[in-house]
Parts: sequence; structure tokens; C-alpha cells
Amino acid sequence: MIFGSTPSQTVGPYFAIGLPWDGGPNAVDPDAPGAIRIGGMVHDGHAQPVPDALIETWGADPGGRFADLYDHGGPSETGGFRGFARCGHEDGDGSWEIVTLKPGPVPGPGGEQQAPHLAVSIFARGMLDRCVTRIYFSDEREANDQDPVLRHVPVERRATLIAQLAGNGSYRFDIRLQGEGETVFFAL
Amino acid sequence: MAATEERKIYDPVTDTPLSYRREPDADPPLDYEPYKSTALRHPKQPLVYLPQTITEITGPQLGAARLAPGDNDLTRQHAAEPIGERMTLSGRVFDTEGKPLRNTFVEIWQANAAGRYLHKWDRWPAPLDPNFSGAGRCLTDSEGRYGFTTVKPAPYPWGNHHNAWRPAHIHFSLLGRAFAQRLVTQMYFPGDPLFEFDPIFNSVRDPKARGRMIASFSIHATEPNFALAYEWDIYLRGPGQTPFEETF
Repeated sequence: MIFGSTPSQTVGPYFAIGLPWDGGPNAVDPDAPGAIRIGGMVHDGHAQPVPDALIETWGADPGGRFADLYDHGGPSETGGFRGFARCGHEDGDGSWEIVTLKPGPVPGPGGEQQAPHLAVSIFARGMLDRCVTRIYFSDEREANDQDPVLRHVPVERRATLIAQLAGNGSYRFDIRLQGEGETVFFAL
Repeated sequence: MAATEERKIYDPVTDTPLSYRREPDADPPLDYEPYKSTALRHPKQPLVYLPQTITEITGPQLGAARLAPGDNDLTRQHAAEPIGERMTLSGRVFDTEGKPLRNTFVEIWQANAAGRYLHKWDRWPAPLDPNFSGAGRCLTDSEGRYGFTTVKPAPYPWGNHHNAWRPAHIHFSLLGRAFAQRLVTQMYFPGDPLFEFDPIFNSVRDPKARGRMIASFSIHATEPNFALAYEWDIYLRGPGQTPFEETF
């Protein structure tokens, strides 16, 4: 390392001026075959909604391919799949929702497979750095049991990382920044 | 630590870092009492170690979907020019090895020249400017360079403590080239007398690291009879030291 990195600062209360946009929450066209909705609430340490959180997700397509700069695994077969979603509101109520494709399994450490998951960043006023978490899926129980990252999460806290199938191709994933049922956050 | 030698440009196919260096103390703490809003918004459980897998070492390309001509000139987004001190702001995005990051998406947002944000929740009685929205976007070029034209934002009061004022700043968001490189930060102006009173600025405990958030005034980059110029380089996390760093 030659240079020190530029430190993080809070996204503040006014990010809606610049960051969210109408199509931001859609990592894929909501009408695309296989599109799923994932959403829930963000709560603070008093179990109050956090109306000014910014949520970003990043993940592979059902074939385990990333729409990144390097076309890891080759380009997605679903046209317009961006892999990235961003949800934040100027006048929010603590809820968030994104649309994406359900990711497929991707390689993990030591050649193991990882269960389908999304990487998640949470930014907000009052957070000097982002919090990083992951979304896994309740209908992937077998894969989740084998997942090399989930295995290192204390058993009693794993459920905070698993989005619950809520019917109609949608999943519920609540984020608790602090306190009872606190979401597992990762050091990346 | 100015590096004068020719810097290597990433090859987008073969030069993909397999991991990014972990710097647990590089960023401010999530639990920081002087900034009151952190109290209920920081995790109290220990963070869990996350290996950097393909999910974390890849990242989105947002440029094409989000860029329109003129997005990097905040003074020309309305019928007339905004009021304020016209300025250019430019610099380069590097990783901590000094390699420029090209095609990196840079987003900024800011208050106007009176210190007011065009946001429903900003209610302090300074005037809005009908000719200023305060948001800009651009992609870095092949040398990692970005550039904006804007007006200098003013300091403004906030409710953190008695007589609290934020130093003038411009918010920055960078996607980098990987999820692991994502950065949201704030750029400050040199010599701001409010630095010593601002808990957000001072949440970065290392004075040298705080200095990396401050732009420099550049008389050389100034455009005569048009705009003052500030320059600010941004350093995102660089590659991990060894490929073996990321085993459990």
C-alpha cells in the first residue's frame, strides 16, 4: 500500500438529491421472466423505522454470472440484467424494495459453492460508514446449510440473513441496525 | 507522497484483483458519541468476517444507464446560472497502489451557495436557488480523471449540538470496480474554520486521513475570468497483499 485510502463519511440525510432514480431499484426489468421482489423495513435500535436509509444490492443472475466490468462467467442471458439495485427515498417510511433475478450459486472460498445470495450495502444519516450484509433465500435451505459464509455466522443469528419467501415471487427481508434481532453485519 | 512516475492503467480483463486489502481502521467508527445520530444506528454485535468471494470482488457498471450529456456541469441544468462562487472540481480516482481507476462512476450532491439543499427535509431558512439542483455525475476517463463545474456550497447549521455548523462540503459516491471498493464520503475545502467543531469530519481519528478529505485550491487549474479551481484525488482500497490472505 503506497497511499492511504480516502475515509468514508456519512451519506447524510439529503442523498436523495443525487443518488436514487426511478429505475434504480430494478436490477432487471420488473416484467422480465423470473424477476423477484425483495423488500422489508429498516429499523433502528429503538425498533423505529429508518426513513432515510439507502440500500444497494449486488448479485449474480440465475446462471451465476455477474453483470460486472469483466463479465465474470460470461454475460447474462437475461437482457438488461444489471445485477445492481439501489433504493432510497426523499421522504421515506422505512420500507425498501428492489427487483432482481434470483441469483444462482457461485464459487466460494476453497472451491466450495456458495448458496444463492446478494451482497447488500446500507447507508444512512448517523452511519459514518456503510454496513455490509447479505441476503440468502428461505427456499434454499439445503444450499444455505452448506454455505461457507453462513457456516461462520453464529447459529442463533443466521436467520437475520435469510429472506423469507412471501408468495407471488417476493421475499421479505427486514434490516435491524441495532438491538433485538440485530442483523448480522460483515467486516469486508 | 506525490507519485510522479507513470502509473499503470488496469487492464480490464486480466488485472482483476482477487481480493482487496482489509484496512479495519481506515474508516470512522460506526459508534461515535459526538455525532448523536449514530447512537441508535450502529450495530452492537461484533461484525462477522466476510471472505472476499466473487460477489465482493466484482461490481456494477452504472455509467451507461445513468449518464446524460452535461451531467457533470451543475451550473447548466436550468434556464439560467445559479448564484454563487463558480468553481471547477477535478481529480483522479486511484487505488491505494496508485493505479488509476478508469470508467468508475462518480456521483456528487451538495447544498447551494447559501448552504441550502433542494430536499424536502431541509427546512433551514436560507434561500433555494431556482437554477441549482445540486447533483452531478460522471465517469472517470482512461487516466482515472473526473471533473465537475459547480458553485461552492456554503456551511449550514444542523441540530447535533448547540450552535452546530457543518463545514462546507460536497458529497461523493464512488462505485469503484468492485463491491469491496464502494465508497461514500464528503470532500471539504481547505482552511475551513469549522473543521475543529465538526464531529463528522473529526470522526476520522487520524489527522492524516482527515487531510485526505480536503481538496486543494489550484491557481493553475483556475480558468481565467471564469472559475476558481479545486483539485481532489480519491483513493479506493487496493488489492490484497497475497492471494492467500482470503482463506478462513
